[in-house]
Amino acid sequence: MTSSTEIVSKQDTIDYAARLGDDAIVIGHRLSEWVSKAPFVEEDIALGNVALDFLGHARMYYTYAAKLSNEQNGTNDITEDNFAYLRDERQFQNHLLHELHKGDFAYSTARQLLIDVYNKYFLEQLKNSSDETLAAIAVKAAKETKYHCRRSKDWTLRLGDGTSESHERMQLALNDIWGYSHELFEVDELEQRLVDAGIAVDCTLLKADWLKEVTAIIEEATLTVPDQDWVVSGGRQGYHTEHLGHLLTEMQFVHRSHPGAKW
Amino acid sequence: MAEYNKSEAELEAVFQQKIDSEQKIEPKDWMPAAYRKNLIRQMSQHAHSEIIGMQPEGNWITRAPSLRRKTVLLSKVQDEGGHGLYLYSATETLGIARSELIAALQSGQAKYASIFNYPAQTWGDMGAIGWLVDGAAIVNQVSLQRTSYGPYSRGMVRICKEESFHQRQGYVIMMELAKGTPAQKQMAQDSLNRFYWPSLMMFGPHDSESAHSAKSMKWKIKRETNDDLRQKFIDQTVPQIAYLGLEHPDKDLVWNEEKGQHDSGEIDWDEFYAVINGNGHSNRQRIQHHVKAHEEGAWVRDAMSAYQQKKLQRKVNAETAA
Repeated sequence: MTSSTEIVSKQDTIDYAARLGDDAIVIGHRLSEWVSKAPFVEEDIALGNVALDFLGHARMYYTYAAKLSNEQNGTNDITEDNFAYLRDERQFQNHLLHELHKGDFAYSTARQLLIDVYNKYFLEQLKNSSDETLAAIAVKAAKETKYHCRRSKDWTLRLGDGTSESHERMQLALNDIWGYSHELFEVDELEQRLVDAGIAVDCTLLKADWLKEVTAIIEEATLTVPDQDWVVSGGRQGYHTEHLGHLLTEMQFVHRSHPGAKW
Repeated sequence: MAEYNKSEAELEAVFQQKIDSEQKIEPKDWMPAAYRKNLIRQMSQHAHSEIIGMQPEGNWITRAPSLRRKTVLLSKVQDEGGHGLYLYSATETLGIARSELIAALQSGQAKYASIFNYPAQTWGDMGAIGWLVDGAAIVNQVSLQRTSYGPYSRGMVRICKEESFHQRQGYVIMMELAKGTPAQKQMAQDSLNRFYWPSLMMFGPHDSESAHSAKSMKWKIKRETNDDLRQKFIDQTVPQIAYLGLEHPDKDLVWNEEKGQHDSGEIDWDEFYAVINGNGHSNRQRIQHHVKAHEEGAWVRDAMSAYQQKKLQRKVNAETAA
């Protein structure tokens, strides 16, 4: 009926859903590392909440990828956990920004600002996907993302415009991660096929709005948008920083120690 | 208020009469200094236990073996933070600040449940902690819903609801392990063996040895004795262990027909006191973890109040200019 299914293979959609799941699981993992280590209890709870939201998004994307995989392979035993636990570092396709270490509270805040504002624009577009499941996931995730954006903005203002120490830490964090933000707006061949089919978001179109909004918040927080022109990318091709291997080792070891076990 | 004209003895009589007739004591009511002190001790210890209790389980969030289990565990640990908050707030109604309570925890002056000085070594421990540790806590907390201090009692009602969910999540983990592979079943048995006795110790020393019990019972801060509550827990746990098909760690456990309850083996009280007195695997780690997070967060809290001040000042300036 639709031309999209003819041009695009099911595998493309599986890969796309899996990489969106990878982004969510990896940042959710990093946020969950804050639990019991936050500056005060209310933040332990709030960071746990945001981590749970991302974990929820990962599960929706992975569950969809699993469903399509089962349809494609004529199986019924592929689950969300196959995607989270049984793929290696080179198979994960999350953006590098998500996997960078937890860092201090400023580092986590700066990263979250960039990611949350990105997700706001990304999900707004994904709602229009011709793939009904992806569009439905976007609707749900967008509601939570609205709250994440507000939180990240508030914290950026507090830290940027707080004390000289907090200001310095925020600026340092922004400088340290900025080069990883560019790949959020890259589209590779897989995504281009899916963009053409109306399934994926054309990320190249999100950059102007993202930069405008992020710049406004950074400047209101009396901080400076970094102007260094360094660019690191490769996450979507499985070319990761050294941080991801350790994250996956920790996340996967129990599951992999007991092949086939139920939990 | 009429209270101004009454002597201490008269006030205490009114207070005790309220307690005897099952009325709640509220923050603004007169209360004996020792009642206040006793409550601050017990409630803050309870709050600290929730907060320190986030560590052994928080330690496993990043390693949970399925996404579903990860979600449930993360929610549970979050709830514990929430319980800590309610309890700190309820304790603050007695005229003490959260910062003072936290300082007392960090200096070692205030205690937290000694069970959290045991290490959470395996995924099975997430099952055992939820099932047994939260299970023991619930037995105690159900009883505390009727405690005489209003804010504590109301806090407990809310906390109990969430705790039953926690216990169930722990038991579900154990069920999956117990019916799983031989290695999983072994993991479940090992966790049960390590956490069973420490869970019984959570109810505190025998009534005859308990320093705070008599007064707390008279004031209805505590409603049931350590030994009575422990017995309830022992009895309710027997069929749960049987259902899992695991071996009961207490080899001396027998059903006492006459009493209608189980007679159990003696608890190793030397271990209990040794762990309380600093000889557990994790005593130092727990406090150091808390102090580290607190100190590393100092600049964040400073930034928050500095920003708040600036915002306020800007508002004042704008109004003055207008």
